[in-house]
Amino acid sequence: MELLSGGEMLIRALHDEGVELLFGYPGGAALHIYDAIFNQDKVEHILVRHEQAATHAADGYARATGKPGVVLVTSGPGATNAITGIATAFMDSIPMVVISGQVDSSLIGSDAFQETDMVGISRPIVKHSFMVQNAEDIPVIVKKAFYIATTGRPGPVVIDVPKDVTDPARKFEYRYPETVKMRSYSVPAKGHTGQIKKAVEILLSAKRPVIYAGGGVIQGNASELLTQLARMLGYPVTNTLMGLGAFPAPDTQFLGMLGMHGTYEANMAMHFSDVVLGIGVRFDDRVTNAVSKFCPGAKILHVDIDPASISKTVAADVPIVGSVTSVLEEMLELIKQSETQVDKKSIDMWWQQIEGWRAKDCLKVVSADNDVIKPQQVVQAVYKATKGEAYVSSDVGQHQMFAAQYYHFNKPRRWINSGGLGTMGFGFPAAFGVQLAFPDAISVCITGEGSIQMCIQELATCLQYGLPVKIVCLNNQSLGMVRQWQDMQYGGRYSHSTYAESLPDFVKLVEAYGHVGIRITKLSELDQKMEEAFALKNRLVFVDVSVDPSEHVYPMAIKGGSMKDMYLSKTERT
Amino acid sequence: MRHIISLLLENEPGALSRVVGLFSQRNYNIESLTVAPTEDRTLSRLTITTIGDDRKIEQITKHLNKLIDVVKLVDLTEGSHIERELMLVKVKATGAQRAEIKRTTDIFRGQIVDVTSTVYSIQLTGASDKLDSFLDAIGNSSVLEVARTGVTGISRGDKVLSL
Repeated sequence: MELLSGGEMLIRALHDEGVELLFGYPGGAALHIYDAIFNQDKVEHILVRHEQAATHAADGYARATGKPGVVLVTSGPGATNAITGIATAFMDSIPMVVISGQVDSSLIGSDAFQETDMVGISRPIVKHSFMVQNAEDIPVIVKKAFYIATTGRPGPVVIDVPKDVTDPARKFEYRYPETVKMRSYSVPAKGHTGQIKKAVEILLSAKRPVIYAGGGVIQGNASELLTQLARMLGYPVTNTLMGLGAFPAPDTQFLGMLGMHGTYEANMAMHFSDVVLGIGVRFDDRVTNAVSKFCPGAKILHVDIDPASISKTVAADVPIVGSVTSVLEEMLELIKQSETQVDKKSIDMWWQQIEGWRAKDCLKVVSADNDVIKPQQVVQAVYKATKGEAYVSSDVGQHQMFAAQYYHFNKPRRWINSGGLGTMGFGFPAAFGVQLAFPDAISVCITGEGSIQMCIQELATCLQYGLPVKIVCLNNQSLGMVRQWQDMQYGGRYSHSTYAESLPDFVKLVEAYGHVGIRITKLSELDQKMEEAFALKNRLVFVDVSVDPSEHVYPMAIKGGSMKDMYLSKTERT
Repeated sequence: MRHIISLLLENEPGALSRVVGLFSQRNYNIESLTVAPTEDRTLSRLTITTIGDDRKIEQITKHLNKLIDVVKLVDLTEGSHIERELMLVKVKATGAQRAEIKRTTDIFRGQIVDVTSTVYSIQLTGASDKLDSFLDAIGNSSVLEVARTGVTGISRGDKVLSL
């Protein structure tokens, strides 16, 4: 058996777990581990410029590939800088393993240099965490960490490693466990067959059904099954922000995204439905609006792998705890066997009603007549230039909603955004995480001039590793979503949401970092310049697009109302 | 409604803080908490009393079950059960009061476990409301100090909480 130090065991265990990429930033408490990285070539380390970016890049990698993202940071500020990224992954149930250095065991609790209680600070935002006490435990802890992070409802796991545990002078026998068993952790596998039968009966006798699918379908790799189910039944489908791509957006059965900035037809269909099949969703407040007024006439069928997600905000009539894959497989089988047939006549009438709502064309964009670019048109231009085939990461704000509304995702894992935590600064690091996973793919970050400045230092990382990410900045010279709310709810008092006179020259800025910058200010040049940007396949290109700063995102739910209560424009509401 | 939730927890560093943290993080209420290792040294038993409607209690038990360190859990108040709390109370005991306090302690089946010329220290076990009644009976003005353990409990009959 081989003798390895704690630091070496850690890196070897990552390799044995199948990890290819590690995002990190070195520092005192992690230096033994970094030395172990130097002496091997199996696990590639990507040096970021800020630990927050390491977590977001690992997160983007995880969302695009389905594999866990892995992060290595040092103690103290290294660990605390990673917190925002861990919380982001936690809220969106992203598998991630974060290894943080820690001061020597003997110094813990003494307020030592760069000491922080990482296990304590991260506790509310991790699925689980470990503090390594003995080097011999490292292989088992790594195995458990990956098992917990990737199974059930996925999530981030922290491994805090005191420096003495990784001491290169102390060697131990290394053996990586093949399996792991934990008496206190079991993964719900199949749903309850009786419940699934009940759900199928209700589903088949529905007159105004909606399939409401979310991030769980993407995480559970169940998009194809969902599509099969929807096609077999002929029912309308809506996706949550996290679920975009779970059902192909160009499909006629797709109603678009639902919720706060969802389409008119999706929200109306939800409100007037008689059966809602929620799959891998959590009835988030940005979907339901006022829970008391949510889908008043509907029976709720709710499938989720996390029992705590069921009946948390909206009581389910038929709760089904299980992996979406197994439940959907069983549903498909039961529908094929069932004697009850879909109520074709009612469903046709339901579609007629939906088509009426769709005819409103709530996402129609009217060009300004003075060559000013509407932000929606930028997303449309990106969609055109990339032929709908790009991985699109976004930051948070108006541009995120425009990207969700106007980039029609036809595949899962193509839309990478911070839905739950709403983390500005997420998009760019996530986009280069995606690029590392798929070097030949188009990885574009749709962002705003506010968000991009929260992780802009990563331009250097992209130069170092030659990552040709495309950054499309919807520059409205203000924090657009904040400004929109200030317009709508605060009498247009723009409290600290504008900074036009102090914005950097982004083209010069990216050039200083060794990349290409393109500025677009006129609608008439938008498509052509966008094409040019994407034609530069091997370069990072920053496209700074001046857009109409007065534009709002619509539809927008009216606070305190039901799902049918929406503003449709600045002057129109339902 | 008041619920008593008992759980078996991995006897690991930080495990207790995960349970307590969950309650504060999700705005749940802890009325009392007791914890000690069990006969199996790898496990601790923890008993929490909390207050909430059925929906809230369901969420609490689901989230507790999700904690990796929680091995098993039971809501004792769902069935018939025994609950006990131990209280040590120090009371002023002078003059005629001494006999009166002794009598009250006997009625509540408590024991006087320490005596000085002016003070009795009394030990009392029972359900929480019994301890409350005792304090009422003694009267606020006599009570100098109260130390209560919080509720622990066990279900009646054959049902057991074990692995």
